[in-house]
Parts: sequence; structure tokens; C-alpha cells
Amino acid sequence: MKRELIEFKDKLPPKLLEDLERELLDKASGSKIKKIAEKIHAEYRGSLAEPGEAVGLVTAESIGEPGTQMTLNTFHFAGVSEMNVTTGLPRLIEILDARKVISTNMMEIYLKKPYSQGKDIRQIAEGLKETRFKEYIKEININVAETKMRIELDDKKLKDRGMTSTKIARILKKSLKGFDVRIDKDNSIRIKTSGEEALNMIYRLKEKIKDIYVNGVKGITQVLPVKREEEYVIVTAGSNLKDVLKLDFIDAQRTTTNNINEIEKLFGIEAVREAIVREIIKVLKDQGINIDVRHILLVADAMTMSGKVLGVSRYGIVKEKPSVLARASFETPIRHVINASMVGEIDELNSVIENVMINQPVPLGTGLPGLITKIKEEKGAKKKK
Amino acid sequence: MSELFLNNKYIGKVDNGKEFVNQLLEQRRNNKFSININFLYHDKTDQIFVETSSGRCIRPLIVIKDSKSALTETHVEKLEKNEVKWSDLLKQGVVEYLDSLEEESSIVSLKESNLTQDDTHLDISPIDIFGLTSSLVPFGNYNQGVRLTQGSKNQKQAVGFYTANFFARMDMDVNLLHYPQRPVVTTVTNEILDMDRHPSGQNIVVAIMSYKGYNMEDAIVINKGSIDRGFGRSTYYRPVITEELRYSGGLTDEISIPDKDVKGYRTEHDYRFLEEDGIIYSEGVVEEGDVIIGKTSPPRFLSSLEEYNLATTSRRESSSALKHGEKGIVDFVMLTESEEGNKLVQVRLRDQRIPEIGDKFTSRHGQKGVISLVIPEADVPFTASGIKPDIIFSPYGVPSRMTVSHLIELLAAKTGALSGRYIDGTTFEGEKEADIRLELLKMGFRDNGTETMYNGITGEQYQAKIFVGNMYYLKLKHMVANKIHSRARGPIQLLTRQPTEGRAKEGGLRLGEMEKDTFVAHGASLLLKERFDSDKTEVPVCENCGLIAVYDTRRNNFHCPVCGENVEISNVEMSYAFKLILDEFKSMTIYPKLKLKSKY
Repeated sequence: MKRELIEFKDKLPPKLLEDLERELLDKASGSKIKKIAEKIHAEYRGSLAEPGEAVGLVTAESIGEPGTQMTLNTFHFAGVSEMNVTTGLPRLIEILDARKVISTNMMEIYLKKPYSQGKDIRQIAEGLKETRFKEYIKEININVAETKMRIELDDKKLKDRGMTSTKIARILKKSLKGFDVRIDKDNSIRIKTSGEEALNMIYRLKEKIKDIYVNGVKGITQVLPVKREEEYVIVTAGSNLKDVLKLDFIDAQRTTTNNINEIEKLFGIEAVREAIVREIIKVLKDQGINIDVRHILLVADAMTMSGKVLGVSRYGIVKEKPSVLARASFETPIRHVINASMVGEIDELNSVIENVMINQPVPLGTGLPGLITKIKEEKGAKKKK
Repeated sequence: MSELFLNNKYIGKVDNGKEFVNQLLEQRRNNKFSININFLYHDKTDQIFVETSSGRCIRPLIVIKDSKSALTETHVEKLEKNEVKWSDLLKQGVVEYLDSLEEESSIVSLKESNLTQDDTHLDISPIDIFGLTSSLVPFGNYNQGVRLTQGSKNQKQAVGFYTANFFARMDMDVNLLHYPQRPVVTTVTNEILDMDRHPSGQNIVVAIMSYKGYNMEDAIVINKGSIDRGFGRSTYYRPVITEELRYSGGLTDEISIPDKDVKGYRTEHDYRFLEEDGIIYSEGVVEEGDVIIGKTSPPRFLSSLEEYNLATTSRRESSSALKHGEKGIVDFVMLTESEEGNKLVQVRLRDQRIPEIGDKFTSRHGQKGVISLVIPEADVPFTASGIKPDIIFSPYGVPSRMTVSHLIELLAAKTGALSGRYIDGTTFEGEKEADIRLELLKMGFRDNGTETMYNGITGEQYQAKIFVGNMYYLKLKHMVANKIHSRARGPIQLLTRQPTEGRAKEGGLRLGEMEKDTFVAHGASLLLKERFDSDKTEVPVCENCGLIAVYDTRRNNFHCPVCGENVEISNVEMSYAFKLILDEFKSMTIYPKLKLKSKY
């Protein structure tokens, strides 16, 4: 790094320094560089939030105002049928509320080298899909007299998913212990029940076998290989990051899910902070709304600073507020006041809302600074204001 | 076998549904039964529906026979000579009424020239697709649909001549236009609705140009001379009504000048207009606070004791007086009896409304605007022939709204005014724009309606040619005089000690939650505090128990209702609303203890 820039190392953010160095290295003399850097430093300091600035409220307004322009519609995924994606306001609310169950789980699975170029992309994608036995069935025949069931398999499906009837039979045998499962010569499967309840059993079994898990990743209901800048990515409906990461052909570095809860379980709170920021930006971006990242970072910080994910709701962030009056002013006031009175809570009146309520200057902006010197009390004067 | 439903109830079965319905239709047209019965044969479900129920919407349509309109030239001729009436056409099966059910099975053509093989009916006129007020918009076929809707909505709010017997009426909130005119550019509906006898606007000269920027954003600049000559003048009528009510125990209200010992007596000055009968005289000029009808009522809650002692002395004052901001002249006083046989006094007030800055005007095309400037006649731009516009309308109102009809009306009315005839501007069927232009050209004007104009102040010629012409303008009932409002100090609410709300109560404009946020966002902490000072109070607080103490004015000392007199008590400044919430906590058996600390 240039000598002149080194003294600014602690004063300017690394990104700015990098840009400066790249742009100015050969074009300007040392003294010029210093002058420019000083100007930038002054500008940078002027852009910092001042002490006592209401960053939280500005964030709330900056996100809330464009939020009124967002659509309430979910949008239909082009191409694959019946793939609705929650976007816009409902999705934003979902993220900010830190919902455990979200309406549309989605994953973006990146692949390792040969596959990312499109090798066997269809098979890989199809292989990820959770499939149950009913999808392989072409026809079920029940022989009542012999309490037997003959299941004809769909050859095309089998081929598509890289399955064979033997493999399926093995899975069936495993999950149907105590039943007689066999493969016929024509690749159909035969199941026989015996005992007193044999007839009832066969009908019950018919329904049961339909739901037997065969292959794929549990939780992933639909897959869609998409080409994204010279590379194939698999977008899925349904999410199971834990199991997907175990697969050897995926790029574990970049594969993600939109389920924040899942990320919290797997990677911890720092990752959640990142995920919240990313998801919010994603929503805003496809609504064509431009909000400064710093607002979003602040929201993400507020949601994650306690070590667990808190939603921006009366069960989350608001519940953590130290002031009784502040909590009571946001939804269910009576409950907050009663609970506070039971433990004898003290409101120190340190924050904004309380002071608005009692009509005192709020500790922000011009209301923040106070006198340091204590005024001596006059002798004999009664303490009466 | 087709199922038959009468008024959606299953009745029975018919062999051949289609045939059956056709026969019924034929018989109805031949006057075999009521024309108000409608039929539908539904192909797909093989069902017949017959509707006779009351309250259906039905509309008349011309029947088509053999791909030709049943209404022939001879019919029209006879109609014009009054030899044939509407009922005759119905009897002859030329016209029939369809409801929404039968419409399902018919294909209606808008124009006779558009008839095709499949059509079963013909609209009587293409303007049938519009509502009454929408079809009053001239040249509506040149417009975007939304503008028609807005144009019709505006016309409903126009001040006009709504009835001729207004002198005998006591309607609430009436506006009457002083010199209403018949529009130069009319429509057929205008005639049908008898709008010529109930007009709601005036024909004026409009120039489409800017005037020193005073007419931007839908504002209009108006000529002072036009106002002086009576343009847009209206009168606002409002009745004050009082009834002498009877109460239990033989007590009644009394309409009279209240005695001075009546509870709630105003000042003598307020009653100065009242005559001996307690009612104001005609043509009295009244302002806010003046009593129109003096009235006293018996006391509200009579306990048995008071009835004997104080019944006569404690009557309440319940006069009708003008509220804040109201003024007018007493127009008419009427004494009658109410339905219950009580004495009823009705006094009608009148107030002349001369156009002023803030009054709302509109053309018939959804081009409403508010007066932003009244200019002296001498300063108004003029044309080569000396014509001065009454209103200067901004050209920026046109492109984005695409109200082409506005421009065509201007051109047509100009032609009409110059040639001295009314012009038919009925949507779809009005006079053609090209013909109007040609006529204008023949009269020696530019066919595009523009003229050379001169600056009224300097006398210099404008470089641009200005589009000037006549238009029918409407004054809308929203006038500033009814809406203007301001407050610096004034009444407060009893409970919260915060300012009252609303114009009628001389209230303040609320600085709400979101507005508060803007102050916080700017860090304007002390300004915020001052804005919320409206209900600030000083409350004595006991430092021992932290509850609100009492100040005894007579003895000039403080005491705490809990801890007695020998405790430290300090005055604390807080909003009255906060004092209320402390009280409310106490009522919930929650102990809100205040811990006091010196501010410094």
C-alpha cells in the first residue's frame, strides 16, 4: 500500500482504501493522493450516523414506506407447473416475524464441476426429489380369495429415476416386515398376507405401501434445473439442507435454503443474520424497491443480537424491551402492565416512547445532551421545583 | 324433456324446450300475455327459466325480425307525428323488455348499421350503454372511459337549479346557482332529462394557456370581471329547526327569549335578534354565536325533592345558535306543527357565495380545478377581436388525461356561440368534428380553434397561438367558505384536556403517531415536546408513596391522601393523558409509584 494511504488505514473502511489505491496508484503524486484521501476522509466522517440519531426509527420508516407499494400477490414460477412462490409483502412479514414454518420452502443447489456444466443434470435433479412408492405404481390388483396383491410397476418411471424393481422390492421388504414380498418374472411385485385378519390387512396394506419412502431427499417436492451464467443450478421446492449437504456432487459452499430456521439449526446465529439480510434483499430486489443495506443490516442485527432469532413482534423484539410503558404501548397493553405490576417492575424512562407518553424530551437528537456540572443548591432553599 | 322453472322453482317438464320457449316469445310479442315476463332456454342443461318476479331490472330493446329492425321508417314517421305511442310499439312487438335472464340468450347490436345474421335485438340508441349522467358528457366517444365516469361524478356535485319551488322548501344544505344557462353543446339526454329547465352551469370563454404559473396542477385562473358580472354566483341555504318537545310530567320546552336566571344563559348580546316570540326576524344579518331561536327546556333529572323547590328556576337554556364560522341572512321563518302536534319552528338562512380563491369548478369532462388566482379584467389576455377569457385553463391538464372531448367541446361551443345555434354533442351521434371545423373556418376563424392573443398587462402579442373557445362550466358544491379552518388556541376536551377535533368544534389538527415519528427521526426532541404540550399539567406528587397528592386552595397547602400532611410533596410536570393512565392503573388495582429525582 502507498505510504500516504497507510496513515488512513484505521480511518477509512478497507473497501474505500482499496478503491483509492487501484484508481490512483499511477495517476497521482504522493501529495495529491494525500489530499484526495483527506477529502474522502472528511466526506466519510460526515456520512457517519451522529450520536443521538434515531437510526432505528429511520430504518423502520425506510422499510415501511416502500413496503406500502409492494404487491400482495404470490408469483407463479414460469415453466414448472404448480410452483407458487411467496414473495412481496407476505414473504417480508414472514422473514421479519421469524416464522418457524414458512409458506414456500426453497433451495438453491449448486453443483460440483462436471455436473455444474450440465452433465446428467436431469437425472441428478430428479434424483433429489423425494419419491414415494405410489409414484412407481402402474396398477394394483387384489386377489381376494388368496389375499394376494399384485403391483405392476411403471417401467418408464423406474428408468427415469434410475431404479430397478429389485431395488424397490428390497425397500418394500425392509419397511414391510412380516409380510411376504416377492418379485415376479414380469417385474411386478407380489405381496401376500396371512392370518385371521388377512383380508382386512391387504386393503390396509394397499394404502400403506403408497406412502412408503423410496428414494430422493426427504422434504424436496419439486426440482427445476436452471442455467445461471454458464452454470447449472437446481432450484427446488421444499427444503432439507442437512440431507442435501451430505450428497457428494453438490457444492456445499454455495448451496442455500430460504428457510431461516433450518439455517439456525445447522450453522448458528451468525449465519442467520446473513440469511435474513439476504432474504430481505431478495424480496426487495424483485419488487424493484431500493432500500439501503444498512437499514436491513440493522434489522438483522436487532433480530439476532440476543443469540437466538427474535421476530419483530410482540413475542420477539418488543418483549425484550426493558421499559414497561414501551411494551404496553405496542399491542396487548393490559397484559404487560399486569405482569409488570406483579413483579414490581421499575420503568427507568430511558427510551423514546416512555418520554413521549409523559411529555418529556426524548433522549434523542437535541434531547440527548445534558449538563455535566451540577448546580449547587442554595442554602436553606426548600427542595421545591 | 326439458325441465321448467318458474321464478327458480321447479314446475314440471316440457317436451321440446326450445320450441316451447320460441312459442312463448312469439305469443308475448303478439300481446297474448304480459310483456314483463321473460324466458330463457338453456341449451347445455336443457332447462327453461321463466321469470315473473318483481324488482328485476328490465330494459327496452328493438326486436329484430328476419335480420331487419322491427322499427321501420313508417314507425319513426308516425312517432314524430305523435300518431303512435310507446305503448303501441310494445303492443306491436316492435320493442320489448329484456331482463338479465333473457339477455343471456340474445345478441344485442349497438347500431343498426352493424347488424349481423346472429343479432336478435337492437339498442334503441348507442348511448344506452351509458348511465344518465355519463351520457350528459358531450363527445364522450372521444374519451378514455375513466374520464366519462369522473365527468359524470363531477356533474352530480354541480351547483344548479335543482327545483323551482325552493322557496317553499326547507332542504338541508342547498346550493342554488344564480344565472344558470343551457349548454351550447347539448346532448340528447339533456333534452330527455329536461335539463334545460334544471341547468347546472354556465357557458363561458376558456383559454387554454398558462398564466404566470398560477394555473399549474389543476388550478384555474379566473377573470375578476366575470365574477363581477355574476359568473359562478350561488346562494347557500340552510335551515335551523327547533321543536317544542313535551316531556313526562306535563313539562314542555318553551320557545321564547330565555330569562337571565336560566341555566346556561348566554349573553344579552347573543339574544339581540330575537323578537317577543323568541324567534329571529326575517332579513336579520347573523354571525357565529347569534341565537336564531330562543328556547328553554325543563331540568334534565328531576328528583322528587327538587320538583317542588326549584322546578321553575332551574330550566335549561337550549336555544339554536350559529356555530363557529357560520354566517348568513335570515331568509324565511316558518311556524308549523310537527307530526306529534308540537310547535315546530323552521328558520331558513341564506348566504351568498361569490367565487373566491379555493372554490371548485369543472367542465363536463372530469377536468375539475380550483381557483388559484382572480385577476383584474384589465390584466386578462385578450384576442384580436377583444374577447377576454373568463377562465384560463392549464394545457398540462390535457395530455396525461387524454380528455379529447374537452377540446372538441371547446371548439364546438365556439362555433355554436359564433353562429348562434345549439350544437348536438351526443356521444356517438353528435355532429362531426370535421363539419364543426369547416363551419368555424367559414366564419373567418382558424379551423383548429387557435387565435392570436395579447398579454393583458403589457399589451404584447403572444408568440404562440392560443386555443380559445367557449365551454360549459359547472360550479361544484365544495366551496372554501364551508371548509376553511384554522386554530391557534381554542376549546379542549373535558376528559383528556386535549384540543377538540373537527372544524365544527374549532378543533386542532392532530399531530398523530406517524407525524411524531418524523420529529423523532430528525432528532427534534424539544420541538416534539412542545407540540405535545397541549395537555401539559403540573401535578403534586407525594415523594413518600409516589402517588398523586392534593393541593388545597383554601388552606394553600399540600397533603397526601395516603401519607397525610407531613411528607415531602413536589410538583411534577407531565401530560394530562399520563395522569389519566396513572388513574386507570389505580382502578385496575395496580400501584403506579412515581420515584422522583431532581431534573438537574
